[in-house]
Amino acid sequence: MSLTTSDVQKIARLARLAMNPTEIEAARTQLSGIFELIAEMQAVDTNGIAPMSHAQDLSQQLRPDVVTESNQREAFQAIAPQVENGLYLVPQVLE
Amino acid sequence: MLNLSLQQQGDALRAKKISSVELTQLYLDRIATHNPVLNAYVTVEAHKSLAQARSADAMLANGTAQALTGIPIAQKDIFCAQGWRTTCGSKMLDNFISPYDAHVITQFNAAGAVNLGKTNMDEFAMGSSNETSYFGPVRNPWDIKAVPGGSSGGAASAVAARLCAAATGTDTGGSIRQPAALCGISGIKPTYGTVSRYGMIAFASSLDQAGPMGRNAEDLGLMLNVMTGHDPRDSTSLARDKEDYTRDLSKPLKGLRIGLPREFFAAGLSQDVAQCVQAAVTEYQKLGAVVVDISLPNAKLAVPVYYVLAPAEASSNLSRFDGVRYGYRAPDYTDLTDMYEKTRAQGFGEEVKRRIMIGTYVLSHGYYDAYYLQAQKIRRLIAQDFVEAFKQCDVIMGPTSPSTAFNLGEKGDDPVQMYLSDIYTIAVNLAGLPGMSIPCGTGANGLPVGLQIIGDYFKEAQMLNVAHQYQMATDWHQRVPATVGA
Amino acid sequence: MKWEIVIGLEVHTQLSTNTKIFSGASTAFGSEPNTQADAVSIALPGVLPVLNKGAVERAIKFGLAVGAHIAPRSVFARKNYFYPDLPKGYQISQMELPVVGAGALTIQVEPLSGNAKPYEKTVRITRAHLEEDAGKSVHGATQGLTGIDLNRAGTPLLEIVSEPDMCSAAEAVAYAKALHTVVRWIGICDGNMQEGSFRCDVNVSVRKPGEPLGTRREIKNLNSFKFMQQAIDYEVQWQIDTLESGGKIQQATILFNPDTGETRAMRSKEDAHDYRYFPDPDLLPLDITPAMIETVRATLPELPTTKRARYTNEFGLSAYDANSLTSSREMAEFFDASVSIVGAAQAKLSANWLIGELSAQLNRDGLDIAQCPINAAQFGGMLARIADGTISNSGAKEVFRALWSEGGEADAIIEAKGLKQVSDSGAIEKIVDDVMAANAEKVAEYRSGKDKLFGFFVGAAMKASQGKANPAQLNEVLKQKLAG
Repeated sequence: MSLTTSDVQKIARLARLAMNPTEIEAARTQLSGIFELIAEMQAVDTNGIAPMSHAQDLSQQLRPDVVTESNQREAFQAIAPQVENGLYLVPQVLE
Repeated sequence: MLNLSLQQQGDALRAKKISSVELTQLYLDRIATHNPVLNAYVTVEAHKSLAQARSADAMLANGTAQALTGIPIAQKDIFCAQGWRTTCGSKMLDNFISPYDAHVITQFNAAGAVNLGKTNMDEFAMGSSNETSYFGPVRNPWDIKAVPGGSSGGAASAVAARLCAAATGTDTGGSIRQPAALCGISGIKPTYGTVSRYGMIAFASSLDQAGPMGRNAEDLGLMLNVMTGHDPRDSTSLARDKEDYTRDLSKPLKGLRIGLPREFFAAGLSQDVAQCVQAAVTEYQKLGAVVVDISLPNAKLAVPVYYVLAPAEASSNLSRFDGVRYGYRAPDYTDLTDMYEKTRAQGFGEEVKRRIMIGTYVLSHGYYDAYYLQAQKIRRLIAQDFVEAFKQCDVIMGPTSPSTAFNLGEKGDDPVQMYLSDIYTIAVNLAGLPGMSIPCGTGANGLPVGLQIIGDYFKEAQMLNVAHQYQMATDWHQRVPATVGA
Repeated sequence: MKWEIVIGLEVHTQLSTNTKIFSGASTAFGSEPNTQADAVSIALPGVLPVLNKGAVERAIKFGLAVGAHIAPRSVFARKNYFYPDLPKGYQISQMELPVVGAGALTIQVEPLSGNAKPYEKTVRITRAHLEEDAGKSVHGATQGLTGIDLNRAGTPLLEIVSEPDMCSAAEAVAYAKALHTVVRWIGICDGNMQEGSFRCDVNVSVRKPGEPLGTRREIKNLNSFKFMQQAIDYEVQWQIDTLESGGKIQQATILFNPDTGETRAMRSKEDAHDYRYFPDPDLLPLDITPAMIETVRATLPELPTTKRARYTNEFGLSAYDANSLTSSREMAEFFDASVSIVGAAQAKLSANWLIGELSAQLNRDGLDIAQCPINAAQFGGMLARIADGTISNSGAKEVFRALWSEGGEADAIIEAKGLKQVSDSGAIEKIVDDVMAANAEKVAEYRSGKDKLFGFFVGAAMKASQGKANPAQLNEVLKQKLAG
């Protein structure tokens, strides 16, 4: 199966990856090759087969509702790109 | 000293024949000599390692030492270690000093082991040759033109070159077993859920599993004893009793049923690898094992299924790398979206971006059922194949990798060819089974060949027994690459 | 031709747990920015979610309260999108298999238009699912930048989705209020709308009767019932005007501006709706056993609907009274406690005082029933003295005022203030005799037909008794004696 340029542009936008037209074209070719490999599984009859999300069929364990974490803002923000007054800063968000 | 097993090194430490500081320094010196060529380590901080060695010596002196106390272990740079730069092989985390310890790191610290440094890896563990690392490729000590395999390529290279006593790795589609095979060492990926994923930077959460890489099966058992155990911080960590993985090492193999899946010996497998694996099976027969012909009919679908599921999970797991709270942020941008897009375009390498794109596509509107859901259904078929197979045999054997190590750059332009190098390892991750690789010969180019051993769920101790008995009878695991002579 | 209005609600209730849904960080409101943003809240590489039992129990409790099916197995999914207040780049939510299935809520609607009568209606609840809240954006901290506070990120939410069963702003508000009452009643949410603990998204569309559903627009994040009312009214009118002038409605997410009273569409992103949901591989399926459901059921208080039925059937109260008394669990419990003191026969008296005098006083002082300075025992003590005739209605008001401002106990106040009414027939007859003797002329006028003078005698006799005469008894005696 072969992807279109607009498919690739759409995916890049969804994934927040800046790509110029040359990169889009290169990605289109490579992704098309990979999807040919993937296409092998389309022919398999999976009627009635339950999808498998986890290696083991187990249930979620529940955590007691008890506070275990303390304030580590200083340590966490020491490695942040841009902070001010305890806030992480990003370019203005418009709604 | 460098060729002693972990047990022997531990004995020497406990007998005060050598101190942990001396042993650590010995390895640090070798790293200084060989790492400029091999590039197995991304980060070495001698003062941190030596401080840990001094603490270990104190434990050794006051009699609180455990099996691995004082032994220098290399940590794959996918494990967050407090105060250590933790890059995951990516520019995105080039400047990331972890503020916390992964469960695996905590376990080694508690055992008194020395963290010798962080090993190089394919970026975010995506790769089979260690060529996708932002920090440059790792070289195979058996032939520095060859790749070490990936993604735990730095770990495999370091163990093979005696730049550490043993190492940790992680395996999502073969990332412990394939580099172990290509570098002539031993490595085991335990049953999914056996080692906590807490603090291990996620690639594909439902497949990722940490495990040890070392020179022999006994070492792997001692490492597993430290790494495993229930961790309530990982919901997928299994609540099982602690076990001693070395307990069955010396059991005789008489009557062991070895399943040979015919799909693993079909077209695509290079002749020299096939011969080594056959020879190993013959050796096992001499040890009393019997061979059973089995079939894993859906195994051929493992690669396509994996390249839907793993990228899908990865595309979501890697969304947190957005330049807001830690890691790389692009220097110039016009607005929020531009900041995201440039940060991620510049911070991630080509392979990572490729997989994010695949994953984003297969999850997107209108394609989910045809790709993601279909892949999850076939995943079940693949797992069921193994359930059937283990009704007829105790362990499954086959090649780890279709060929010995290929040269750097050889498969660079064709992702599909690269993906096919994990053709024998991926099904094990999809099923969540334990799998290991041990050296079993050398190929036509004189490079190591790995024998893959696949066990049923939670049969790690038995697999280590199977590997150990072979290693008692052969010496492939003791060979040292000439380039690093030790 | 008239338009039909179709409204459905999605309500986000913050669950009143101590900690976040997937980590042990505190959920307390109002802390310094990012001081409650732990490693999981800021999504450090390698951290993993572990589900909070308290959040699951609260979801089950809600399901039981609205008679819903509790899913024996539900699944957490990732909803993927990029936003700075969403640190992982995905929200963990439930998509295909929510924890709470279909249920229903009976509401009492007070129509807004003048003379329409209150009525009851049942709104179907489609589902309720667990998910995590996002952080907050702080605008204008620095020019051109937005600050991100992740304290709220990971706070557990129960998103309660209704069927589009409401057909007026009044019904939507009544449903939201009833839901607000229930979640506070069963103690799963503090209901604080200012702090964002209870946030409503309202889906509105209009159609001509008999036609298929119109295109809906979703009004986001309404945090007051008044705004909800205004926003729906505005939106409905806008949609009708648009359609009647030949326009079309585009599906959109819109915001209500309380300052202008208008709604406006949010900036739409073309990929905004491709959330790429898939089951979260970090979390296993949530299995809820019958035993766990029963454990939660045992903690469930008597619910408002049950109480309302009991109040009308057992106590003979009006629907209006029963509804007022069940506006909150505290109110109902106050009522139940006071009735247990004065007895079921005096339930009406109790209701009148609670809905009347007490509620009015609470309103004047801006207090909630939970903050009432008079407790149910004190209140019941006063009611008992009204019931047995010890004090008159006006005497009771004085007792009430004293209880409110000084506290104490009704009997002691009656004693100290001398409020006990005279019910001794001999004493009352004597007073009446004295008043008649002192006003012989007026007695004669009355007897010659000037009935209006009766009021004069009541006043005079009451004054003579210093206001303490039992009014009913006094009337009776006066009537007899004046009749001659």
